[in-house]
Amino acid sequence: MGAFKYLFGKEEEIPQGTAAILFGFGSIVWFIIGTGLGSFNAAKLAFPDFVTGNYAFAFGHMRQVHVMTVIFGWIWGAFCMAFMYITPALGNTKLWSEKLGVWNVLTWNVGLALGLSTLWCGMTSGREYSDFIWPIDLWIAFLIVLPTGINVWMTIINRRTQGIYTTNWFFAAASFMTIIVFLIGNLPEFFHLTGLNEAYMTWWFAHNILGLLITPVAAAISYYIIPKITGNPLYSHRVGHLHFWSLVVFYSTPAAHHLMGSPLPEWLKSFASVEGVLILIPAMAFVCNITLTMQGRWRMFVENIEIRYAATSSLLAIPLNMQGGFQQTRAINWYVHGTGWIVAHDHLALLGFSTFAEVSAVVYGMQTLMKRKLWSYSLQNFHYWMLLVGFGIYWTTMTIAGLIQGAGKVFEVPYIDVVIAEHPYMIGRWFGGTMVFIGNIVWLYNMYMTAKSGAEVPEGLLPQEIAYDR
Amino acid sequence: MAFREYKMGGMFFGFALGFSMLITIFFPTIYITNHGAPNDYGLDKTMTYGHNNGFTYSDPFLKQWHKPIKAVLSKDPVTGQAFAKPMTVYVYRAGDPFPSTITHPRVLAGEGVIALSKSKGKIEAADDSKGAVFTLANGAYKGKELSYIVDLTATRNWTPTQVLAAVPVAQQSHASQGRTLYMREGCWWCHTLLPEETQDWETFGRPPLVGDLNGQSPTTFGSDRKAPDLLHVGSRNSSREWITMHLFNPRLVQPHSIMPRFDYLWGDKDANGKTINYTKWRKDYLEYAAGKTIYPPEVPTPAKSSEASHLIEYLLDLK
Repeated sequence: MGAFKYLFGKEEEIPQGTAAILFGFGSIVWFIIGTGLGSFNAAKLAFPDFVTGNYAFAFGHMRQVHVMTVIFGWIWGAFCMAFMYITPALGNTKLWSEKLGVWNVLTWNVGLALGLSTLWCGMTSGREYSDFIWPIDLWIAFLIVLPTGINVWMTIINRRTQGIYTTNWFFAAASFMTIIVFLIGNLPEFFHLTGLNEAYMTWWFAHNILGLLITPVAAAISYYIIPKITGNPLYSHRVGHLHFWSLVVFYSTPAAHHLMGSPLPEWLKSFASVEGVLILIPAMAFVCNITLTMQGRWRMFVENIEIRYAATSSLLAIPLNMQGGFQQTRAINWYVHGTGWIVAHDHLALLGFSTFAEVSAVVYGMQTLMKRKLWSYSLQNFHYWMLLVGFGIYWTTMTIAGLIQGAGKVFEVPYIDVVIAEHPYMIGRWFGGTMVFIGNIVWLYNMYMTAKSGAEVPEGLLPQEIAYDR
Repeated sequence: MAFREYKMGGMFFGFALGFSMLITIFFPTIYITNHGAPNDYGLDKTMTYGHNNGFTYSDPFLKQWHKPIKAVLSKDPVTGQAFAKPMTVYVYRAGDPFPSTITHPRVLAGEGVIALSKSKGKIEAADDSKGAVFTLANGAYKGKELSYIVDLTATRNWTPTQVLAAVPVAQQSHASQGRTLYMREGCWWCHTLLPEETQDWETFGRPPLVGDLNGQSPTTFGSDRKAPDLLHVGSRNSSREWITMHLFNPRLVQPHSIMPRFDYLWGDKDANGKTINYTKWRKDYLEYAAGKTIYPPEVPTPAKSSEASHLIEYLLDLK
């Protein structure tokens, strides 16, 4: 609550790291809300008479709220935490404007609360991933993303190091690209574009918000955490370059592969499909760079919790990109499109690859900024395993359900038989998702206790260099 | 930022992203806009659904304000003379915004259709502040038979009020309002509106063509199919009774369905003006589900002005 006084305070009076800490705590709270909604929705799919016939809690009103909460609450919040902490750390300087950062926390929380409640009430643009009504889209672009971008760019310009490290290229570029994606992807709403153009632009937005915001920033976090904690220098700056440039070129182009069964022009679908396979270039460059940086330090995967989160993220990027690269080709897409397979793949990207990287950034950054060691290793360990096992159950059950659905549509099985066959997997999905939700509550408790009574990290030492109390 | 490398990097970055936009935004949208092949089917959809079925100025809360009415006209609304063949009309009352196909005829995509709609159909004379009545017609353009849109208010001086007075209320379809509900209630999160081009032909009917979608917004194909595709549901299952029961409580007609109940769309009163007692209905249903009674409780007939009724009209219109 004390943070409100900083909104109108002098820049010098605001302690360094305030914005980052607020973003960190905010993101965990949104994560709990988002996964709670996910668990609630999954319960409705598993047990159809659970809270039903009720306007406010209808599945169709809440499904998109879950998606938007985890993307713009949890993931974006954790990203901002990483921006506001890692960008100055890599520039050997302080954040350009801590005050702007604190205001940014406010606009983010208020904008998100407005967006999610209007969405929950049924005010939607009817466009997947850009479900928010366009005034909220403008709010996000100009009042949430732009101030973050300004802070990141100005911090990088005012850095006290000569070069710019890989992580900061990604941060600066991703915050810029997110604004562009929001403004261009929502053109159908601003200017009422219709028909197939609207459908295509919807998926252009959906593809790029994942490809030009979430994928690069999550990877950039690992580029910082892994070398920082292991003490190994990044394996290759050049491979980092390959990752960056191939991401900008190959990840921004395959939007049409989300609509392979639609009447889009064939040349566009073929082009998108080829570009989709080429995403394997940035993906493999990233995975190789991280795993090679880990050389000789793999015992830290067992001993150090932050490394374990970050390395798990990078390892999950392997199946993620193998799936992603090939499931969009015509040879495979016709079978899995629109099934639970895709839902499993989404969660592999956002709950697997991306979330593990963000948890690592939030856990490590909060300890460094608050100068307090994590309160309980055991509780964080518990969170790791709840997240990993919960996600694992979710991914496995949804992949199986997706293959059943695929078989059902290819062999023209009456749809209700597919629903019956999927039932056990829907229960499994709910169980896995609920594990993640419970784990997150424990995590918030652990972070709260860390802030309150974690062991103090002495001046000149880093959190990973001192032992745990419990 | 004094390094030459960063200047070059910035330029390369701008070039790469700009080139990517050129290929993925500029070329495809130009191509799509010029390759529409509108037909009866697509023109009927755009005229039925109206301007927008998601969030829009005229309907910000998705309360289905300012939506057109589709009706079958069997007599001349002015002279009262019966038609040999009934005529499908799309009634836009004063203040109902027109679809893009009227306000921006270029969206119709197809030289002939645009020319016929402008010259013979006089669509440019339509004024949404006064309202207009539209229909579809066939005509020849450069030797080709094409469908086009006709503004009956401009060509025959029929006003929306006159036309609505000539059609019994029961035969007026609020499919546009129903489609808005389809968005608001999130039906499309499970029921896709896109039979895929590869294997859905037998089960869910023909996939859409480019021209089928002109002027529609949002298109809501859906991506996560957990239930049958509905693009042609009105052709597969046109039983109003079945759809009504299925919406009220899907387990009445399909015990294994995982669809939520949409009984709240019935509102307070049924078609006979009787108050619907939901508590009693659910109690009776639970007894039926437990095997204590033989028949389930009767599903109330939705009032014509209820949201349930509009949604059913939309589903039946999905031919």
